[in-house]
Amino acid sequence: MRLRRRELFPGVFLSTIESNKFKSDCLSLNLLAPLERETISKNALLPRVLARGTMFHPDMDSLNAAMEELYGAQILPIVRKKGEMLALGFYAGFLSGSYVPDKSPLLERVCALLGELLLSPATRGGLLLRDYVDSEKEKLIDDIRAKLNDKRSYAPARAVELMCAYEPYGCDDMGDEAGAEAVGYVDLTRHYRDLLQSCPIELFYCGSARTEKVAQALHDALITLPRGRLNEDLGTDVRMNALEDRPREFHERLDVGQGKLCLGFRLGQCMEDPDLPAILVFNTLYGGSVNSRLFRSVREERSLCYYIDSVCDRMKGVMLVSSGVDFADFQAAKAEILAQLDSLARGEITDEELRSAKNTVVSALRGVMDSPAALENYYLFQTLCGLAYGPEEDAALSDEVTREDVQAIAQSVELDAVYYLEADEEAEEEGEATDDAAL
Amino acid sequence: MQRYDYPAIGETLYCDTLRSGLRLQVVTKPCYARSHAMLAVNYGGADRRFLLKGKRRDTPMGVAHYLEHKMFAMPEGDAMFTMAASGAQPNAFTSAWMTAYYFDTTEEFETNLRTLLRFVSTPYFPEESVEKERGIIGQEIAMTEDDPDFVSYTELLRSLYAHHPLRDPVVGTAESIQAITPKVLELCHKVFYHPSNLALTVVGDVEPEQVMFTASEILRPSPDPAPVRDYGEAEAPEPQRRRFTRAMEVSAPQFLLGVRLPDPGTGPERLRRRLLGDLTLSCLYRQSTPFFTRLYGEGLLNTDFFTEIDTGRGTATLLAGGESREPERVFDRFLELAERVASEGLDEAVFARKKKAFYGKSVRGLAAFGGLCENLAEAAFGGYRFLDAFAVLESLRAEDVQDYVRQALRREGFAMSVIRPLREKEAESHA
Repeated sequence: MRLRRRELFPGVFLSTIESNKFKSDCLSLNLLAPLERETISKNALLPRVLARGTMFHPDMDSLNAAMEELYGAQILPIVRKKGEMLALGFYAGFLSGSYVPDKSPLLERVCALLGELLLSPATRGGLLLRDYVDSEKEKLIDDIRAKLNDKRSYAPARAVELMCAYEPYGCDDMGDEAGAEAVGYVDLTRHYRDLLQSCPIELFYCGSARTEKVAQALHDALITLPRGRLNEDLGTDVRMNALEDRPREFHERLDVGQGKLCLGFRLGQCMEDPDLPAILVFNTLYGGSVNSRLFRSVREERSLCYYIDSVCDRMKGVMLVSSGVDFADFQAAKAEILAQLDSLARGEITDEELRSAKNTVVSALRGVMDSPAALENYYLFQTLCGLAYGPEEDAALSDEVTREDVQAIAQSVELDAVYYLEADEEAEEEGEATDDAAL
Repeated sequence: MQRYDYPAIGETLYCDTLRSGLRLQVVTKPCYARSHAMLAVNYGGADRRFLLKGKRRDTPMGVAHYLEHKMFAMPEGDAMFTMAASGAQPNAFTSAWMTAYYFDTTEEFETNLRTLLRFVSTPYFPEESVEKERGIIGQEIAMTEDDPDFVSYTELLRSLYAHHPLRDPVVGTAESIQAITPKVLELCHKVFYHPSNLALTVVGDVEPEQVMFTASEILRPSPDPAPVRDYGEAEAPEPQRRRFTRAMEVSAPQFLLGVRLPDPGTGPERLRRRLLGDLTLSCLYRQSTPFFTRLYGEGLLNTDFFTEIDTGRGTATLLAGGESREPERVFDRFLELAERVASEGLDEAVFARKKKAFYGKSVRGLAAFGGLCENLAEAAFGGYRFLDAFAVLESLRAEDVQDYVRQALRREGFAMSVIRPLREKEAESHA
């Protein structure tokens, strides 16, 4: 399984993995743009608007019919925050060549449709349709508001937003309500044309077709892509230390029965020259698996929380611990989370737990090779970090991580912010208002 | 073992029933690094009442789920950690109908399989650890009470079913779990975790004979307690409540509508009914239908909208839900379409296209090992072979969908839950 890479047009790179293993091919198209407050709403909105209709398939019904004819191919708008970059575009999944009953050329047709979605949107007078833009704005605002509905994901997202309020990283990949509200269709059209000119583009394909064939199909599909001066100023600023002398505290109140506690950390000096496999092993050992310190101590041994995990963004050098905690246990849980980090910093790491964490990482990396979608996401990260190796080498590097490597990272990590989601005592008590008489 | 080849979709299935009564199903996946194994118990939250040797037993809500939490405990330590240390990602779930323990791994498949078979077949419930789990499960229950999806789902089932234990949450309630003691856990383990009530399903680059050998070695034949399940008296034709509403901390109204479907039966007919139901949803309601795109365009639905059928023993329930500013209008449109299809049928060309898409998505879906293991387990308990689905799909016609809609989606059978925002005013200011 080898990654091939070539430049199709100026700044347009295609990465491919040829494999007969899968029943599903995957193809993604990503425009790379900086993550910034001024453009995030337009960027978040654009793929959604483009997916509403094209010059040749002017509405969702005709687009859906076309994709159904391609054996239920899916082309979905996708916006991903990668450090302080944004990858926006489309992700396509479709039936692999040898499983297509009528042998129709799905790859070429999906590429053509993808090109059409990017380059030939439905327009009037050269402008994106106001109707589609307004409707997608409304949906985006609904989605931004709906983050509140799942408190388990809402809490860590909010913690990052607050902790990184002065960095682009504090932007959510959907932006905020006010930003979405302010986007107009004329403005969005102009932004769209700028992006086509200036964004580096990453294309990724994994499936049974030969690279030559994929390159040809994409070349044909994107032949009208306008290219201007490319944005070369893409990257992520890493802040090494906490913002203030003492960790900042944020309290938010909502009508909930269970509290959420999130701790935001900077990975610190180790980000000078980050050892990415070691950070992965460190995070897995600390809070990234069922065998982790946090899971075993805070949840299993001390029953201080229902769930707990940690995630690291290795581009930005930020780690977030998030947990569901009874209000009464907030301080005890926080103390235990920090005590476990201190213990790792003192090098109190058993052979067994190091082995277990490495096994988990190695297993996950080997598993990446079993899924086109996982490969796509993996290689997008590698490409954006300028790394040339694949999951196999990554697994080997992870397996070499030592106790001292993990300890060094634990020593470098610095707590920057603590976020509490608490009960809103003023919310009115609402009973079970049932209404039998509705019919 | 019997071997079944499915050349069109490139799959091979091996099945057998072992001497212990364990049903075994293996789908081999050459060249894959990962393997997935699931040991499923044909026992879930709804199996609360049963007859055992003529004696009626009534167990508290939440026992199946409590058992799931406690099964990992072994005299030598927690199996969850043992497996994780061998590179596996173990987990488990409990539904109304099934409890399943599974792992996904690229390392030491055989070692992990042995651990899985051992811990599920070893009842080990020390008083102190059962007691401690009560706190953890209590927190899980507290968390579900903040979850609008959970509330609307539970309350919809309460609307649709007057007697069936589907009414009760699988996790139980803060009160019901107080009555769960090591004794109760032992009884239910003995009654329902007998090998004849288990299915082992494996998907990966494995040797089926070796899996069979390992399973026969660890799960030994024993007398089958053969409980008779009791789901209460027959339900009245219509729901006992049409609407449930509650205000919660949500950004916009959330709704879940549903209807009880006819008995799905067992054997090949069950497979056909399941497929027909699923295909019907794809033809009428899923996100690539005009039903969805119209409502999406009118701002009445967003891409959260989903619809599915939950098939159990003797019952099946259709569910459709999402977020909407006007759930009642979605409800009406949903029923209007069912009535129109019931009387006018489907356009042949549209049906052919939907079927093509359904085929492609189903073949691609085989890549999800966990989902495939679950489907194989359901099939083992339901008495059919899951991979026959592709041939059955080929035989389904537009009239079958029409008949299905006419029979199953009758207006008087529907009910709906609505969760509306606590802060109604703020949410409306944007509309």
